[in-house]
Amino acid sequence: MTPDRWIVTFAGMGLVAFIIWFFWLKRSKGIHAAETSGGYQEAMILVKGGYTPDTIVVRAGRPVRLNFRREETASCSDKVIFPDFQKSADLPTGETVAVELMPKQPGEFGFSCPMGMFRGRLVVE
Amino acid sequence: MNMRTEAAIPDYPPGGLGGGPESLTLRIGGMTCAHCPPAIEKAVRAVKGVQATSVNLATQTAKVDYDPAQAKVPEILRAIRSVGYAAGTATMRIPIKNMHCASCATRVELALKMTPGVVAARASMAPNAVDIEYQPERTDFQRLRTSIESSGYRVAEPKVKPTDETLDPAEAANEQDYRSLMRRFWLAAVISLPVMAFSYPDLIPGLREWMPMGSGTRRVVWALLGVLSLPVLLWSGSQFFVGMWDALKHRAANMHTLISIGITAAFLYSVVAVAWPGIFPDMALAEVFWDVTDVVVALVVLGLALEIKAKGRTSQAIKKLIGLQAKTARVVRDGKEIDLPVEEVLVSDTVIVRPGEKIPVDGKVSAGSSAVDESMITGESMPVEKQTGDEVIGGTLNKTGSFRFTATKVGKDTALASIIRMVKDAQGSKAPIQRVVDTVSGYFVPSVMIVAILAAVAWYDFGPEPRLIYATVILVTTLIIACPCALGLATPTSLTVGIGKGAENGILIRSGDALQAAEKLDAIILDKTGTITRGEPALTDVVVTPGHEETVVLRLTASLERGSEHPLASAIVKGAGARKIELVDAEGFAAVPGHGVSGRIDGHDVLFGNAKLMRDRGVPADVLLPQWERLANEGKTPMYVAVDGQAAGLIAVADTVKPDSRAAIEILKGLGIEVVMLTGDNERTGRAIAREVGIDRALAEVLPDDKAHEVQKLQLEGKSVGMVGDGVNDAPALAQADVGFAIGTGTDVAIEASDVTLIRGSLMGVVTAIEISRATMRNVRQNLVGAFGYNALGIPVATGVLYPFIGLLLSPLIAAAAMAFSSVTVVTNANRLRFFQPRRTGT
Repeated sequence: MTPDRWIVTFAGMGLVAFIIWFFWLKRSKGIHAAETSGGYQEAMILVKGGYTPDTIVVRAGRPVRLNFRREETASCSDKVIFPDFQKSADLPTGETVAVELMPKQPGEFGFSCPMGMFRGRLVVE
Repeated sequence: MNMRTEAAIPDYPPGGLGGGPESLTLRIGGMTCAHCPPAIEKAVRAVKGVQATSVNLATQTAKVDYDPAQAKVPEILRAIRSVGYAAGTATMRIPIKNMHCASCATRVELALKMTPGVVAARASMAPNAVDIEYQPERTDFQRLRTSIESSGYRVAEPKVKPTDETLDPAEAANEQDYRSLMRRFWLAAVISLPVMAFSYPDLIPGLREWMPMGSGTRRVVWALLGVLSLPVLLWSGSQFFVGMWDALKHRAANMHTLISIGITAAFLYSVVAVAWPGIFPDMALAEVFWDVTDVVVALVVLGLALEIKAKGRTSQAIKKLIGLQAKTARVVRDGKEIDLPVEEVLVSDTVIVRPGEKIPVDGKVSAGSSAVDESMITGESMPVEKQTGDEVIGGTLNKTGSFRFTATKVGKDTALASIIRMVKDAQGSKAPIQRVVDTVSGYFVPSVMIVAILAAVAWYDFGPEPRLIYATVILVTTLIIACPCALGLATPTSLTVGIGKGAENGILIRSGDALQAAEKLDAIILDKTGTITRGEPALTDVVVTPGHEETVVLRLTASLERGSEHPLASAIVKGAGARKIELVDAEGFAAVPGHGVSGRIDGHDVLFGNAKLMRDRGVPADVLLPQWERLANEGKTPMYVAVDGQAAGLIAVADTVKPDSRAAIEILKGLGIEVVMLTGDNERTGRAIAREVGIDRALAEVLPDDKAHEVQKLQLEGKSVGMVGDGVNDAPALAQADVGFAIGTGTDVAIEASDVTLIRGSLMGVVTAIEISRATMRNVRQNLVGAFGYNALGIPVATGVLYPFIGLLLSPLIAAAAMAFSSVTVVTNANRLRFFQPRRTGT
């Protein structure tokens, strides 16, 4: 192989390794939802190119209120779906929409936009 | 709705301007039981200054006597709300024109607070409006307007607008997006044409000579093309970069990522080729790909625009439902008819509806009668007769007469609002089949990036010359042809259309799970009463002995039964009414408990009841025995009639089969579904009904608790079981079944109790529900096969796997076109479901 081929091959492998690490291997630890005086575990989630934060840690057996605020107009993110809780909510741009859930058992429950491009996790401890 | 806001209750001077005690009547919402009034009374009495209070459950009102010097109206309202009830105030936002300063706001507030009936007012400059909480029975928009105008300010527009506002915010945003995308498309398209022409001068005779390979002219022209393409990349394609950046911040990748990398790679290669042609060993390598950038952006943007249009159509059903909501209502307040926005109608208001008008909220007819077209909610095309005491549903259309009704449910509690909420939720839910896609789509885009890099490297290392160009083209094509959107859209768009289609036909499918489960049903259990049959007895047969006339016997019996409270009696009276027989009053009416009734009509002694009554009174009735047995075997309840001590005939009453039950059961069997009937009735009645509707497997005398057990038994046979019941005593069986179909009629829709709710009481709804589920799931599969197949074929072809065999290499331009239209195809296919037509029986 000529040197330019070696360079291209190594650069390609390096990029592949970077993609695997960047998209799949590094996971966020998430944030703990704040407990309000009303007994809710509450968190604010910004919807813009994804969910920020995308991992919310809560305790089982207590109601959870996630306030979604969408600040973009991409049509994919106009809804958020919690398949395990059979819940969904429309997210009009610029409005804060609360989704209330009651996680009974510990576990990890995903939520996403209808097309699954935006993903988040609710970690119930 | 932005017209309504939850106004806070500020502190302000007591309701009255001094003087003696005042009395206040408030409407209370949310009272459901006898425990409610004491709780409210206790809370209100705790307010300092309240002297007496009484809460009436029937009229849903509270009367409060209070000393205005000590108690404030807002405090009383707050006390009621603190125990969980809605105090009957309404809120209204009135826009004001010339309120420019903080002191203006204060003046408006003050003027309103002095107005009787106003509980709270908060004016603010930001929306330039005042939010007013008020008691609708004491004031209205006109009076509030007068108060505002008397303080020197102008109301910007009247609140009551008879116009239909159909454009909802989401639709408006979509329309805006569409227009913006189309503008970007046109720019890219117009620029693409010259760029394409000058990018391939060797193919065009005149140009070839004018700008030969390696010439300075060619370099200058190509440089100009690059400058021309810049707006396409940076403006028409800007959303791809923004989308990629937003996603990268979340360590995610999406369609934008693929397109951005693809067009950037093509663009940068071209920049290098024009700026430093010397670095390429062969002049032929110094080619430009501006055309790729421009055409890819144009096609993908066009695809996105078309997708928005097509997606807008998928939710047409829900838009129709929302459009059904009436905007105004004519309500009687203080003896006067006034037009109010529908949000201000309160429970127990009297509402007037004229012919051709929409019924604004749910209620019970209190005077008048009419035919009402309920097809928009129930799917039933025949108008329904409404008389005093009948329930009417908000959003339905009054056809012939005028009537008044008492509002029973308003706002978000109405049947229509619940239906809209439920359909929206269901449309947003996922079917289990989607889980595969979910798993795939999380890995899809990064995988495509890896595949594209590996393919490009392979082409560079082992491909034919010019290697660099081939590698670049392969990288760009592979990135661009992959379409995660088609995959992501496949299931949700079909579900949205399918569930909406159900709602249009009076079938509320609660979730994607239910829709998918309904497709696979092998067996359906039908509860007899109220499902196959009407659930209320009706007159079926009149048999007479020689010498008696049918109409006479029926007239005598029905006249006698008019005095009876027995449920069978009303069936006979109704039956006589249907045959236009005039009834008279009976003399000496007497009921013989458990046996029958007797009395004197038109000078005849009439006796009506069972065989024992006849025996006790010495009436020889054996001659009617064969007829009695025949009727009983048909599942009817025959009873003897004796006139002047002689057996005159038999009158039979039965719970009759709904007109289309038989047809529906036949279709279900034709769909390959085993149909089983369950009933708590006796064996004979059960068998007779089963025979009549063509059911082979019928289980009689089943206790309500055992119904769930029967469902389980069928499930143990390995079947997927649907249960159809009226949703009240069948609840455990409905829950046990794989799909529970609740038959709800009118406003008593047991929406929360089942997987599928049939608003119309017909079994044909079950057929339609199953057919919709089958059609939708078929559509989902077509979409999934299309989307997976497209990517599974498109990506390898784009990497050039076919090149060694048949020399096929995709052009990035074709890849872009395929990508743009793959998702449009998926959405268009889902839209085909909109043409689904349910089967109709002849009835």
